[in-house]
Amino acid sequence: MTAFQCILMGFLIVCAVSVSFSKNLLNSILIYMSYSLIMSILWVCLESPDLAITEAAVGAGVTSILFFATLKKIHAIRIEKDKQSEEGTQSE
Amino acid sequence: MSKLKPQKEYEKTSAFRFFRWLSGTKDPYVGEVEMHAQEENLLPEETIIERMREAQMRRDKVYDDELNKPAHLFHKGYVIMAVIFCMALVAVLLITVSYLPPSGNAANPVNNVVSKRYIESGLQETGALNTVAGMILTYRAFDTFGETNVLFIATCCVMILLMVDDAILKKQVLLNDRRFEPKNDAILQGTAFILCPIIFIFGIYIILNGHLSPGGGFSGGAIMGSGLILYVSAFGFKKTQRFFDEHIYKIAKITALCMYGLIGTYFYMTGANGIENHIPLGIPGHILSGGIILPIDICVGLEVACTMYAFYALFRRGGL
Repeated sequence: MTAFQCILMGFLIVCAVSVSFSKNLLNSILIYMSYSLIMSILWVCLESPDLAITEAAVGAGVTSILFFATLKKIHAIRIEKDKQSEEGTQSE
Repeated sequence: MSKLKPQKEYEKTSAFRFFRWLSGTKDPYVGEVEMHAQEENLLPEETIIERMREAQMRRDKVYDDELNKPAHLFHKGYVIMAVIFCMALVAVLLITVSYLPPSGNAANPVNNVVSKRYIESGLQETGALNTVAGMILTYRAFDTFGETNVLFIATCCVMILLMVDDAILKKQVLLNDRRFEPKNDAILQGTAFILCPIIFIFGIYIILNGHLSPGGGFSGGAIMGSGLILYVSAFGFKKTQRFFDEHIYKIAKITALCMYGLIGTYFYMTGANGIENHIPLGIPGHILSGGIILPIDICVGLEVACTMYAFYALFRRGGL
């Protein structure tokens, strides 16, 4: 069990460092999501399943969805922008 | 108009011109100045790109680190200082952790009367198999009430900041960014059709079994809120409003908070004054047991589910 936990801890550190180093905001949100998922598995290993449920629902679910909504509001997702311009040229 | 002078003479005076200017009957430019429509200043696209490139080159020259010695030094120092600061923070935290007593030690300050009481007589006093739920919803129900209030006030603030009037919302539907989203996505709708009921039932199960198994109001409410979000993103706001609109949201939220307040107040008042309260503890392990834990769990779950959904809806659309 301890080896498994150590591997998960290593993943946690990798995720935490790579969030700040990724240039794309969408990528950093996805990495943050995986961070929360790993954290919830760790909570199960530490014998606190109620925290794990909350972490999975709030950290990996609702928070990242709110981040996505915010990114869409400020037009930071580039793929959507390209699609918009394409549709604009087609309609013209 | 003047009563003293005839009309023709009056038109020559400056008073007539002044009043004509004041009332705005005659535009001073029309008929006096040569006018023609402006042509739109159209630059060919190549020159625009050329100019942008020039501006970029100038910017590159100005902000070139190798020519600007102080900025170059500052930038390098900034990076080095950031790394050193991070390392120092990590070192301080690790040294602090190393001074903590080992876990499981009998002499730790955690091992005091409070935790002993919780573990030894928690089952008899709260009637909950899940000791954590008994702790946070019976012994420390006042703390949880404060947290529920925080959620309520947070949604109120988000509503004040992001709520848009209904009439404006209907106008904006066509201009919204949701126009470019795939509507009636078959994969998403099929997944949501299967998953949403399961998610809702799982959330209700976690809320109702909060005193028996891991979970409780907050976890179950968060799961139900994410199920609502999935339903909205698959089927749109119009279909969701058939069973969850602003009216029902307000009723659920305020009822949950008031119920929590009433139950909590009754419990504290009777407990603080040594009066016997009439809430049966039940047999530990049964679904109807645990005293005030089950109703409070339902209240907290409703509150949290409403909060999660309201956050998403307000961020996304500006209304529920």
